[in-house]
Amino acid sequence: MKIIYTDALIIGGGLAGLRSAIATTDKGLDTIVLSLVPVKRSHSAAAQGGMQSSLGNSVMGEGDNEDIHFSDTVKGSDWGCDQEVARMFVNTAPKAIRELASWGVPWSRIKMGSREVVINAQKTTITEKEEAHGLINARDFGGTKKWRTCYTADATGHTMLYAVANEAMRRGVVVEDKKEAISLIVDDDKCCGAIVRDLKNGGLIAYVAKGTMIATGGYGRIYKQSTNATICKGTGHAIALDAGAYMGNMEAIQFHPTPIVPSGILLTEGCRGDGGILRDKDGYRFMPDYEPEKKELASRDVVSRRMLEHIKKGKGVPSPYGDHLWLDISILGREHVEKNLRDVQDISKTFNGIDPADEGEKGWMPVLPMQHYSMGGIRVTPNGESINIKGLFSCGEAACWDLHGFNRLGGNSVSEAVVSGMIVGNYFADFCRDTDIQIDTKVIHSALKKQDDYLDNLLELDGDENIYDIKDEMRNIMQEKVGIFRNGKDLEYAVKRLKELLVKSKNIKVDNKHRLLNPQLEEAYKVPMMLKVALCVAKGARDRTESRGAHYREDYLKRDDANWLNRTISYWADESDIEPTIHYEEFDIMKMEMPPAFRGYGAKGNIIENPLSAKRQEEIDNITEANSDADRYTLQDAIMPYTLQPEYKRVNERLGDAK
Amino acid sequence: MSKTEDGSLGQQQEKIVDSQAKSVEKKESIGEGREITITSLKYNPSNPDSKPEFVDYQLRETPGMTLYIALTKIKATIDHDLSSDFVCRAGICGACGMLVNGKPQLACKTLTSDFESGKIDLLPLPTFKLIKDLSVDTGTWMKDMSIRVNSWIVANEETDISKMEKKIEPKVSEEVFELDRCIECGLCVASCSTAIMREDFVGAVGLNRVARFQIDPHDSRSDEDFYELIGDDDGIFGCMSLLACEDHCPKNLPLQSKIAYMRRKMVAV
Repeated sequence: MKIIYTDALIIGGGLAGLRSAIATTDKGLDTIVLSLVPVKRSHSAAAQGGMQSSLGNSVMGEGDNEDIHFSDTVKGSDWGCDQEVARMFVNTAPKAIRELASWGVPWSRIKMGSREVVINAQKTTITEKEEAHGLINARDFGGTKKWRTCYTADATGHTMLYAVANEAMRRGVVVEDKKEAISLIVDDDKCCGAIVRDLKNGGLIAYVAKGTMIATGGYGRIYKQSTNATICKGTGHAIALDAGAYMGNMEAIQFHPTPIVPSGILLTEGCRGDGGILRDKDGYRFMPDYEPEKKELASRDVVSRRMLEHIKKGKGVPSPYGDHLWLDISILGREHVEKNLRDVQDISKTFNGIDPADEGEKGWMPVLPMQHYSMGGIRVTPNGESINIKGLFSCGEAACWDLHGFNRLGGNSVSEAVVSGMIVGNYFADFCRDTDIQIDTKVIHSALKKQDDYLDNLLELDGDENIYDIKDEMRNIMQEKVGIFRNGKDLEYAVKRLKELLVKSKNIKVDNKHRLLNPQLEEAYKVPMMLKVALCVAKGARDRTESRGAHYREDYLKRDDANWLNRTISYWADESDIEPTIHYEEFDIMKMEMPPAFRGYGAKGNIIENPLSAKRQEEIDNITEANSDADRYTLQDAIMPYTLQPEYKRVNERLGDAK
Repeated sequence: MSKTEDGSLGQQQEKIVDSQAKSVEKKESIGEGREITITSLKYNPSNPDSKPEFVDYQLRETPGMTLYIALTKIKATIDHDLSSDFVCRAGICGACGMLVNGKPQLACKTLTSDFESGKIDLLPLPTFKLIKDLSVDTGTWMKDMSIRVNSWIVANEETDISKMEKKIEPKVSEEVFELDRCIECGLCVASCSTAIMREDFVGAVGLNRVARFQIDPHDSRSDEDFYELIGDDDGIFGCMSLLACEDHCPKNLPLQSKIAYMRRKMVAV
């Protein structure tokens, strides 16, 4: 049996995993990154619109800073996020983007002088200052007060991932692609590595490490319709669940307003950020009626719900794939589309035969909200370590540390991936450096043998269930019963049926009886993993009897701060269980920098208030008054102190300061 | 939308345009529901019992069907043992290159309706090591190439990430971005005659990468430095200017002009 020893094992080679690997390699640690695919094909590459970072260079971002980015993020999360983590994030994001620039991301740069932009469907002229010429530009995105989303056309994730992957290569990070972790090695409640399947020949290898990080992205593929890549199956979460690790807020699923119909390929929020609008079957722009202030640029959970609400009123466009709405970017003009939204144009032309730069209705693209992002994930502390398994770390979309609460803002995903790779990657490196492990080779061998036997057992099964049918039914259930609008009855059915499917998945038959590259065998071990993740989502959603962010209950319309200001923790208590066990982590309002309030968009008057919110606000008002002469950093520290590596806590320089 | 007699979907879709209910017709890439035949190579080099063979799969075309959708359907319902590489299925990640009726293409962006005969032959990309059936090892090839051409920024100054970023001319940043759009799909390599003859040739992907760093203001390397990397027959002088790379690039990169540009620069060194 093959055993490989290393200091730091990182599972997942997207932006978060690779940036973490740079951190560990920089501290002199032996590091191995495992990836299902060549790392430059990771799903980070599919992020289109941009990365939020409060540089405030553009005239439309003037006055932006960490405080405003923080406030937008907390409101976006519907007060579900960890505010200390949000502070760590907003203070590091400007550093992340400047680091990425130095590694070669060709960020769009500001050109001084006047140019025409489309704001609220009106052509408007904005004038960039001379001193901003050549600095990093930003576009508008949903749920933000300033133009804060930095970009490279609509291929931002691609250029970011290539820059980080190239830099990792320069620093000698060891990347092994076509390797899939199928189980964690746990000894005495400590994670000591993983059992890994080689996807080039089907062999099993044990990787033993002082610390193990899971950075495997989201679990969108448990839904029938998702913008996620085919590899986003949540297997990283499943192996952590099998090891007993706690998950956080798995029911917090984001549905993006504008994937194209029917393929479900994403059309970036940048379409609306740059001035694109949504239209109904009458060609009518309906969003201002629902959201007079933010219109198409309210947060994603709100826009998605408003779209479906409008379709329910009979205003959807009938099509062979059900009703949809239109996204119109033709009003931005051909030049803008071909320069800043060229992948959108390519996708629309290729898959739908529509050139979105064509003027008028000819260029409208059919869109419908679909699964897009997993706010939930492996529950970790602000430094990225699992709250119940020592030596197990997680960052990026895979983790719940928890930056996004119940709704993530557009542009905060790739930003989080890199920033968490910097912060958590460094804490992880410290852990690996300061930890010694003692592990009996017997433990490694038995972990290997367990997976070896498991795969053999799957091949020996002679049941009458079809694993592909089980997968299809799971994805349909998640789509129909655990979607944008949720209710107790549907969720109850979903939990019950998913449990049955999990049982059925042990009564299948694999036709080809070999352990080499065998796609059906892969389905046979992956689908039960996906079912466990799906059960965490469905049960968490069933039990959360309130509406918060993207979790919307038709039978509990209000955000319930009195009873539900908490985080859902789900885990597999026993290997033989067929559903997760759930408990809750309570929030402490009295420690928040921003106590719960109205978000500024979405339906009004839908909050069951917690009396502590007003009490804490009063306390904050007093602190603010007592510090009326202090700068914003001192004031922030007086309200909610937080810990962050000194190099990331430094003050970010901005155009205004440099004067 | 209109329906044909047998209930399958028609070619035209109608939509109501404005409050006057004026209607226009809109073409959608909707197929006929015809029977198509996809023929794929099947071979597993890691299995000593496996022999290369061609297998025909018959299936009914659905509206807007891509090769991703078709192969996913085949794998779930006809042949559970067929292997292929799909990741983003949106033409962004570059994983799914294969020969489609002899031409290197991204399978996820290929519509079955583009083939009038309804017959589609699939082969794995040449030049790359075959893993199984339609799945090839582009990762190792691209990693070797990237190390060979030092595919990263080499800077002679430290960046303090808490200070203002270096200013870059907007036009220059756009030019770098244009070349940075490469997705390492390998279609340029699979269509390249030199790559077939010379195992270590870096291909259009490698030469474009060097051109990208050559114009990047963050990179301090001189043309002499780049000459050290690609100034030989496995680099810029290996290219025979047949330019199938540019013909097949799914991102429409200006490979012809950038290879010519680099050759002029390297000849001058």
